[in-house]
Amino acid sequence: MSKANSTETRQHEDEHARGSAHGAAGDRLSTAPREERPDTGAGVPAMSVTGWVRWFWRQLTSMRVALILLFLLSLGAIPGSLIPQTSVDDMKVQAFKDQHPTLTPVYEKLQLFDVYSSVWFSAIYILLFLSLIGCIVPRTGQFVGQLRSRPPGAPKRLTRLPAYTTWRTDAEPEAVRAAALAVLRKRRFRTDEAGDAVAAEKGYLREAGNLVFHIALIVMLVAFASGQLFKSEGGKLVVEGDGFSNTLTQYDDFRSGSLYDSDSLAPFSFVLDDFVGTYEKSGPQRGTPRTFEARVTYTGGAEGAERKGVIKVNEPLVVDGTKVYLIAHGYAPVVTVRDGKGKVVSRSAVPLLPIDNNITSSGAIKVMDGYKDKKGVKTQLGFKAFFVPTFAGHGQGQMFSQFPGLDFPVLALSAYHGSLGVDSGLAQNVYQLDTSKMKEFKDKDGELLKKLLMPGEKLELSGGAGSITFEGVEEWASFQISQQPGNGWALGGAVAAIAGLAGSLFIQRRRVWVRAVRGADGVTVVEMAGLGRSESAKLPEELGDLSAALVTTAPVAPAAAPEEPDESDAPDEPGTTDATNEAGSRPVHLAEAPVEGAEK
Amino acid sequence: MNLAAATNESLANTSNVLIYSSMAVYTLAFFAHIAEWVLGSRSKVGRTAAALSGAGAGAGAGAGASAAPPVAKAQSGGTAVLERPEVITRAAAGTRDVPDGPGAAGGTFKGDLWGRIAVSLTVVAFLVEASGVATRALSVQRAPWANMYEFSITFSTVAVGSYLVLLALKKNVRWIGLPLVTTVLLDLGIAVTTLYTDSDQLVPALHSYWLWIHVSTAIICGAVFYLGAVGTVLYLFRDSYENKLVSGGTPGKFAASVMERLPSASTLDKFAYRINAAVFPLWTFTIIAGAIWAGDAWGRYWGWDPKEVWSFITWVAYAAYLHARATAGWKGRKAAYLALVAFACWLFNYYGVNIFVSGLHSYAGV
Ligand code: HEM
Repeated sequence: MSKANSTETRQHEDEHARGSAHGAAGDRLSTAPREERPDTGAGVPAMSVTGWVRWFWRQLTSMRVALILLFLLSLGAIPGSLIPQTSVDDMKVQAFKDQHPTLTPVYEKLQLFDVYSSVWFSAIYILLFLSLIGCIVPRTGQFVGQLRSRPPGAPKRLTRLPAYTTWRTDAEPEAVRAAALAVLRKRRFRTDEAGDAVAAEKGYLREAGNLVFHIALIVMLVAFASGQLFKSEGGKLVVEGDGFSNTLTQYDDFRSGSLYDSDSLAPFSFVLDDFVGTYEKSGPQRGTPRTFEARVTYTGGAEGAERKGVIKVNEPLVVDGTKVYLIAHGYAPVVTVRDGKGKVVSRSAVPLLPIDNNITSSGAIKVMDGYKDKKGVKTQLGFKAFFVPTFAGHGQGQMFSQFPGLDFPVLALSAYHGSLGVDSGLAQNVYQLDTSKMKEFKDKDGELLKKLLMPGEKLELSGGAGSITFEGVEEWASFQISQQPGNGWALGGAVAAIAGLAGSLFIQRRRVWVRAVRGADGVTVVEMAGLGRSESAKLPEELGDLSAALVTTAPVAPAAAPEEPDESDAPDEPGTTDATNEAGSRPVHLAEAPVEGAEK
Repeated sequence: MNLAAATNESLANTSNVLIYSSMAVYTLAFFAHIAEWVLGSRSKVGRTAAALSGAGAGAGAGAGASAAPPVAKAQSGGTAVLERPEVITRAAAGTRDVPDGPGAAGGTFKGDLWGRIAVSLTVVAFLVEASGVATRALSVQRAPWANMYEFSITFSTVAVGSYLVLLALKKNVRWIGLPLVTTVLLDLGIAVTTLYTDSDQLVPALHSYWLWIHVSTAIICGAVFYLGAVGTVLYLFRDSYENKLVSGGTPGKFAASVMERLPSASTLDKFAYRINAAVFPLWTFTIIAGAIWAGDAWGRYWGWDPKEVWSFITWVAYAAYLHARATAGWKGRKAAYLALVAFACWLFNYYGVNIFVSGLHSYAGV
């Protein structure tokens, strides 16, 4: 400690002399904003605009408001978990809207279908983060100030502190103080000798950890927000044997953040070689999926080397910072359509959508062009398709699959001809057949022509219009391809947050003072006291250890006449200059005391 | 490979038998605790009443002043002994300085004996239950946390385990015994009756080492938060009791007998705070680990799935509680209510979301 600091120390000491017992010494043990008293804090501010602004800012950055905002944040998150959310499941929202025609307009007005991007929810967290910034900045400044200045001097009445001990010793006061400095320094306290007492403080990491934690929260929010703005995410369904290359046109659906630039799509491609799904074969959980994996061959970069990879449910493929996730899978019956002359019009694997856990699937097979009817007129064919990987057997109730694996595949088709309506310009669901402009093929009873097919079987279209053959089954898998910058920052923020939090919650910041003065009878009186947060349980223990260490150089003196120190119970008046100490009734002049320290 | 064969039926049955047996032993522990409380009620301690209606009554901060003024311990014989000077503690400003109650046994020999029997039985039940969980894990050859049944049995095992660890560390926590054993019985009862699911393999979505990390920490957090919540509830009761005494009221005989034997309100409050504060970083970690897992499994880190929402709500509620503790005017009872709200959120996340709200986390098996 340099001499240059001595005047500052004196000021400290002055403050503490004036403050009441441990109020002042405990001051700044944390950089938490001081709570305004309700009568002053909530009072009406001066009417000027700046007055209002300042008042508003003070309110916003107070702990009380931070607390209320936190509470509001958790309250505000609730509706989003109970009401379907557009961002989570669009279909569910639609179903909800259909079911609740009266509630819907109200909910829409309140943005209850988009809680987490609603104006009110955003307002809560933006206010909270403003409050957080307004809280961190001054706290950081204050904390740096605390690190630079010395631990605050000893309060006048050490007896009032939460942990206290005293004894008499024959050692000289100066020697005791020197020993106390050594003991405290050895335990990595920051120390300062001022007047007749040594002041020490430890556990600054608590404050540092707390600040790191709060700053990390901001880092995480910013990373998350920028991720949302720059991300891109799209889906693609791929049948075994087919491939995908990462350009916008190849996606089935594509979403991106508002600042996303499509040039940033990483150039890569992959081919789905094989999809493997296995299921529990027996027992009560028969049919529960056991493995799903998509085996792919992929090429990174514009013309990278081909590599093999496996994409599993929990293990996305990462290529050039883009992740490819396995999302869903299903079956794609392979069908061949022939015209009346037996010429193959189309042959393809048609992906069908699963409608239950056993992968009963439905969809449509559409023959857009290439087909001519008997008269040689171009027309289109459409088939409603229903597929079960494991058929219950003929006459066994409905056409529902009994098991998700391919044990007994059966394809049910019903046939139509006419216009598929694909030229209308309206987007069409590939899994649904719009039969409004189509005519049914009829069987000999005049009913809609339909048939259950096993692999290899074919359905003859009535009137020699051709046939459709069920050749076999491929599997398809759908992938989500996403790219989201900022994940590294979010993860870094998260790690810092946890580390900071641990520091903030597990480390105690505490102060210890040792005062040694010569008593009236010439024997030195040592007093030690500790102050921590009210939560600290270890403080008395630590003080005990410290005193035990100090006792080795300042041994307890034999008892003199049992002198009862008279503790006056009168509360300290703030600003009182009375500087008698109850333990030794020694005259201390605190304002003078630092001189001694400064001389050292 | 036939996965079904991997599920060992007989191990699963052993697990069930062990779980039922542990319930039987917990029941015995429950009755032993009741005996402890009943026998303990015969002692007339009345320390709290004495402390609060005596000299320092009414003066919160000043209460400690009635303690004897600190005197240097006189050393006999005149030899300078290197004895540890005695440390005098006093309650922080604004809290009452009230001694802790003597515990359920009320300082009676018989009560204490039954209390010890109860703890021993709890240890036995814990060991049996833990082996039940372990055999369940062996029978399915994976972490035993794939459905609510498994979650529930692990949850109560961890709660009891944490309590026993605190006891082993010589912490003053025997007062948790009765409420804990009672709720463990409740938890297991619900688990074996309505939540039971036959042991089986995992669905692919749960095949990840994150299951070990994320779910195990989630269970630990829940179990320990639960201990904190018990502390908070008892704090609220005990605090009302002390308030009543301070304001000169006479609590009912039964309430007095029970409350008198609990630790003081400030001790309970600190206990609850320490527990919650100690677990909060782990809960933070659990959520982050979950987000990382979700990133791998579902292609997004955070998607406001109901389970995610409620974990977030729970987290924010506990953060609010920690803030409340540091905010003048919110310490004490108000903060305690917040802690209970936070725990209620945790419970809802566990039972409510699994049962009533459908989302991606649909492995509840109910
Ligand atoms: C984004 C929301 C926030 C979260 C999740 C959060 C979380 C936390 C947590 C968990 C603690 C506990 C650490 C401890 O008890 O020492 C804490 C402490 C603290 N927070 Fe926050 N906080 C948030 C916002 C704020 C804001 C806006 C302020 C300022 C007004 C603030 C000021 C403080 C202070 C001063 C402490 C230390 C209290 C003490 O010394 O005990 N926090 N915060």
